[in-house]
Formats: sequence, structure tokens, C-alpha cells
Amino acid sequence: MQTKSLASKPVRFLYSWFLFFIVWLAFTTSFQLPEVLTGLAVSLILAAISYETFTGWGFKGIKLRNMWWSMVYILNFIWLMVKANLNVARIVLTPSLPINPGIVEFETKLTNVYAKMVLANSITLTPGTFTVDVVDNKFYIHWLDVTVTDPHEVYKEIAEPFERILLKIFN
Amino acid sequence: MEQVLTYLGYILIVIGAIFLFLGGLGIVRLPDIYSRLQAGTKASTLGAMSLILGVGFLNPAWLVKSLVIVIFIALSNPISSHALARGSYRHNIKPWSKEDIDAYRQYLKEEGQKEREEEAKQTENKD
Repeated sequence: MQTKSLASKPVRFLYSWFLFFIVWLAFTTSFQLPEVLTGLAVSLILAAISYETFTGWGFKGIKLRNMWWSMVYILNFIWLMVKANLNVARIVLTPSLPINPGIVEFETKLTNVYAKMVLANSITLTPGTFTVDVVDNKFYIHWLDVTVTDPHEVYKEIAEPFERILLKIFN
Repeated sequence: MEQVLTYLGYILIVIGAIFLFLGGLGIVRLPDIYSRLQAGTKASTLGAMSLILGVGFLNPAWLVKSLVIVIFIALSNPISSHALARGSYRHNIKPWSKEDIDAYRQYLKEEGQKEREEEAKQTENKD
């Protein structure tokens, strides 16, 4: 699997400008001329400062296929997140506090840095796990209720439901 | 229609309040900083998200705004908790563990050894 190459600088700049401007529009929810002009100026400044780190692919990342899998990912993620919250609620409300915390590790198959970021954040927000550190392709996960410690088992337990979809989006 | 949105808004706000309460309870009950971050990241993120979304439903003019805020919370909250956890581990705050499961300690040990070897090399070169 090959990672996509970076888009050229002007494209990345335009992409950031476009995205920041959409966020501005969503936030002000007004189409009056002075506000739109201010938004254009502010997003221009923000894009000029941050476009180099903000995006790598530019518009190449926006594809119908990617959008579809992103939707699937988000729905899947919301479901897992609600489950995680109920799980933590159950642990906190049980008088005996049934926990067995520990830090485990696993290796990811993802190569893209953005994909790794999304995976790390998703892990943090779901069932009793959060990312302590990411070193190259190794994830160190604090787990509230450790059931397995072998890296492969851990991978199956924690990362597989996310990675299956992430691999489709980012590769 | 407006009635439905209002009810949905109140329900979301109540759910958010319950989860925020559970997050607070978790912070009091759990044993160490890492477990407490678990309660702090999960319960409070969902709590704040559904509370803000509920406010958005009560006042439809704010709905898009509240959606933007919800997305921002979902993106920023895990990063801050990760930074807190990593920072406290590197400041030698030991995790509370029944069975002493800790893969990260092994990694830090190896990394520390490498650094020490490199330092030793550098001092040798200076001599």
C-alpha cells in the first residue's frame, strides 16, 4: 500500500482557506456582506499561518468514496462512544469498583500520520482505553479493565473496528 | 415540529447532565490520575457534547453553531487528555495497577538507555 504524495503548496493553501471559511460561515450563520468579507480576511490570515501543517493532500482527499467511509466511520464511532460511556458509568456506579488498569501496547498497520491521529483520538474516546503515547507504529494504551496483554490480542480487541474503516479511507 | 425539537433538546440536556455527573463521580472514586482521566475524557466529552447539542435543539438558530462546538470538543478533548497522561508518566507518576501491567515503562527504559549511551559517546568524543 502506497501513501499519497503531498499536494502542491498553493493547493494546500487554497484548501485551508476554503475550509476555514466554511467553519466561519457555520459559526456566524449569516450571509451579510460585511461579515462574509471579514470571514474571508480572517480565514486568509489563518490559512497563511497554518496551511503547511494543516493539510497534506488538499482537495485530493475529498472523494465520494472517502466521504461515504467517513460517514460509516463517524456513525460507528458514535455507537462505540455511547457504549464506552455506559461501560464507564457502570464501573463508576458499582460499589466494588471492578477495575484492573494497566498500560498495554500494540502495533498499527496504518502508515499515514493523519490516520494515526484519528485512530489515537478514537481510542481515547472509546471503551475504557486512552492513548498514552504513539511511537512510530506502536501505540501505548492505558486500559481501565485489562483482559489481554499480548499485542496481537490487544490489537484485535481495541483497534480493529476502527482500523478496518480507516485503511479504506487513507490508503 | 417545534414541540418535538424542544423535547429532544431537554432530553439531550438531561443526558448530558447525567454523564457530566458520572464523570465527576469517577474522578472522585477512581484510584490514580490515569484512571481518572478515563472518566474525565469519556463521560465529560459525551456529557458536554449532548448538553451543547441540546441547547442547539432548544434554539434552532444556534444549531449550526453548537454543531461546530461539538466537533471542536470531539477533536480537542482527547488530545489534551493524551498530553496530560504522557506528561504525568514522564514525570514519574506511577500508574496504579493490580497485576502490574505496564508496557510503556519497558519502552521508556530502553529509550533512556539509548540516550545515556549517546551521552557517554559524546563525552568520550570530547575527551
